[in-house]
Amino acid sequence: MSAIVEGFRGFARYLGGVMGADAYQKYLEHHAAAGHRSPPLTEREFWRDRTDRQDSNPQGRCC
Amino acid sequence: MSSSMPGGRAGTADEELDLAHDPSLPPTAVDDAVREAEERKWTPTKIAIWSAIALLGGVAWFMLAIIRGETVNAIWFVFASVCTYLIAYRFYSKVIERYITRPNDRRATPAEYKADGKDYVRTDRNVLFGHHFAAIAGAGPLVGPVIAAQMGYLPGTIWIILGVVLAGAVQDYLVLFFSMRRGGRSLGQMAREELGVIGGTAALIATLLIMVIIVAILALVVVNALGESPWGVFSVGMTIPIALFMGVYLRFIRPGRVLEVSLIGFVLLMAAIIGGGIVAESEWGAAFFHLDKVTIAWGIIVYGFIAAILPVWLLLAPRDYLSTFMKIGVIVMLALAIIVVRPEINVPAFSEFASRENGPVFPGALFPFLFVTIACGALSGFHALISSGTTPKLVEKERQTRLIGYGGMLMESFVAIMALVAAISIDRGLYFAMNSPAALTGGTVETAASWVNSLGLSGVNLTPEILSQTAANVGEESIVSRTGGAPTLAVGLAHIMQQFIGGTAMMAFWYHFAIMFEALFILTAVDAGTRVARFMLQDSIGNFVPRFKEHSWRPGAWLCTAIMVAAWGAVLLMGVTDPLGGINTLFPLFGIANQLLAAIALSVCLAIAAKRGSFKYIWIVALPLAFAAVVTITASAYKIFSPVPAVGYFANNAAFSKALAEGKTEFGTAKTVAAMEAVVRNTMIQGWLSVIFVVLSIIVIITAMIATVKAFRNEAGGVAHTDNEDPAVPSRVYAPSGFIPTPSERELVAEWNKLPAESRLEKPVHH
Repeated sequence: MSAIVEGFRGFARYLGGVMGADAYQKYLEHHAAAGHRSPPLTEREFWRDRTDRQDSNPQGRCC
Repeated sequence: MSSSMPGGRAGTADEELDLAHDPSLPPTAVDDAVREAEERKWTPTKIAIWSAIALLGGVAWFMLAIIRGETVNAIWFVFASVCTYLIAYRFYSKVIERYITRPNDRRATPAEYKADGKDYVRTDRNVLFGHHFAAIAGAGPLVGPVIAAQMGYLPGTIWIILGVVLAGAVQDYLVLFFSMRRGGRSLGQMAREELGVIGGTAALIATLLIMVIIVAILALVVVNALGESPWGVFSVGMTIPIALFMGVYLRFIRPGRVLEVSLIGFVLLMAAIIGGGIVAESEWGAAFFHLDKVTIAWGIIVYGFIAAILPVWLLLAPRDYLSTFMKIGVIVMLALAIIVVRPEINVPAFSEFASRENGPVFPGALFPFLFVTIACGALSGFHALISSGTTPKLVEKERQTRLIGYGGMLMESFVAIMALVAAISIDRGLYFAMNSPAALTGGTVETAASWVNSLGLSGVNLTPEILSQTAANVGEESIVSRTGGAPTLAVGLAHIMQQFIGGTAMMAFWYHFAIMFEALFILTAVDAGTRVARFMLQDSIGNFVPRFKEHSWRPGAWLCTAIMVAAWGAVLLMGVTDPLGGINTLFPLFGIANQLLAAIALSVCLAIAAKRGSFKYIWIVALPLAFAAVVTITASAYKIFSPVPAVGYFANNAAFSKALAEGKTEFGTAKTVAAMEAVVRNTMIQGWLSVIFVVLSIIVIITAMIATVKAFRNEAGGVAHTDNEDPAVPSRVYAPSGFIPTPSERELVAEWNKLPAESRLEKPVHH
């Protein structure tokens, strides 16, 4: 049973990774690792910034 | 074979660079000699596995190509493609890796040396594979193979599988790798650097025009699928409020809960599909959502403009999540269904139209038109824009580019094969009734049935009852002349899925499910394509009027958006109102445009590979480039110079102009003077577009040749090459290169895992 739950979690984690759901987590990791002195963006700020930057830096989607 | 340098020469700077390695860290790459030894060691198990794969693939190809019984089982398509992909991935892509790309894991990738936690983020290779695949795969591989099925299953199958192995995946891999070495620079920037101002400018203009054509024709596919279909219009229309809701949810209610909101969105989508059935049955719903194609086209044009100026968070980002979610789900579902159901295919390997050039679905002879009809899935130039955008900024280690670039494209090819199987699993008569323009089928079930039967296709006996019964099963008023590929694929998918889950009662649901996801992909591509094109236009105008370079300057942004929307909108309306059938005349232009973009991308790769000194193996790039160039230039030449009106745009133009001059009030499939004038106008525009595309591409190819020859001369004369790569930075991380780590990779990972977390951190850069 626990193996199934674990498997499902792993799949959800993978899907989340593919869709970019873990972007904030990765940002925090980077922030901590890079030794910035300023506090990191809050989750809300981070996601706002992320989509707002896409406004001026659009990525194509293929046909 | 020497492990370091082919051709007995040191390549570009990177091989000679002294990448000073931090002695406190374990190695950042598997030792070259160890890796070589591992790759060359053939254990009995390994030999047995690869022999089995080769044997199975061989048998499958034999069943498809040689035996050709009355019917062929769909499972052979799966075996033939998967075995070929595995062999190509294991052997051919390694040749490319060894002689052309020559990745060096000791070198940091942009995701490492430019790490910012936002755009440049090291991403697990398996996650990035999925991410890259979701970005490259869209409606293209689902549409082209369906249309190409007119020629029978074999030409399309061979081109999809061999094309991807020798051309499409090569292009994606090389562009990804070269862009990664340049900090994730775009194809346009690379073209400018490698080919100079003329080649670079031609590449930029060609890319812009090609994007316009591609967006227009994708939109045309949606219009054709939704025209006179209240169910489809309702459920696809509902994706807009659903996406808006998701956008607001992610922005204000629960930021960052991407999976959660995608699940909610998915449930709402399913409700919209089911609700669409109920709405379409109601009297008001049928009246309100029953729209003709011209109205829908205008709807998409207005939508495209608004969507492209709205902030990304409100519509584009949430729909992108939904689209990715659906994409992965649908493709897994389709693969499972085909493997479980294993439908029998009764389409001949080569149909009656394979040797003719007057097929009703698309005109023109097998060579070159089959090769432009199937673009995505075999060789898609558009991928070069993705492979040189987001993905190179996310790659963790250089060696992983083979998995992501080459492997990702193999996956897309597999999607194309499954789309082909789904489309040919339906009755052949039905296929031609659905995919031929209304001008030929007459638009009613009776005329369509008698027209299809008059084609003299072997084993085809279509009755009006089959047509009306199928339409009723999928919940549509009519399926006659539903061109564009998407409806045919939807019928095929519904046909397979209902055997898997739900039976005939579920067919209408599966049909609209398929229409929905294709529309979702396409609308995302339309929106994103308009945005990208707008920025390209803004930057180009900005060279003359600097204000336009300010992306936040509203009037400039809106004006450029309006210009781009007007451009593709005009082509879309031209296609929708075309008396000759729209998709039939425009789809070749789509394929030519896409392949020309591929030729441009491969030209840039050729120039770069030459500068890196890979002369002996330059054929790896030159071969697909030559093929793409020959196919597209020949196809363009046919479209421009062919005296056959069905094939040549100008020949058709002349025929209709002559008829008008003679005072005729109807000619061919155009029944009024206005329609005849429309044909004259459309063919003139299409003809000139073909001329412009091919001229621009020839310029790019020639400049690439010049750059290549120059590199060869410099090489012979011992002159150093200028290299546009970012300076090499030693890497401080390690990750394996393929899906399954090799024993030596596992050892190295274990060594890294032993390292205390704090000493593994990225080099501190204080801001």
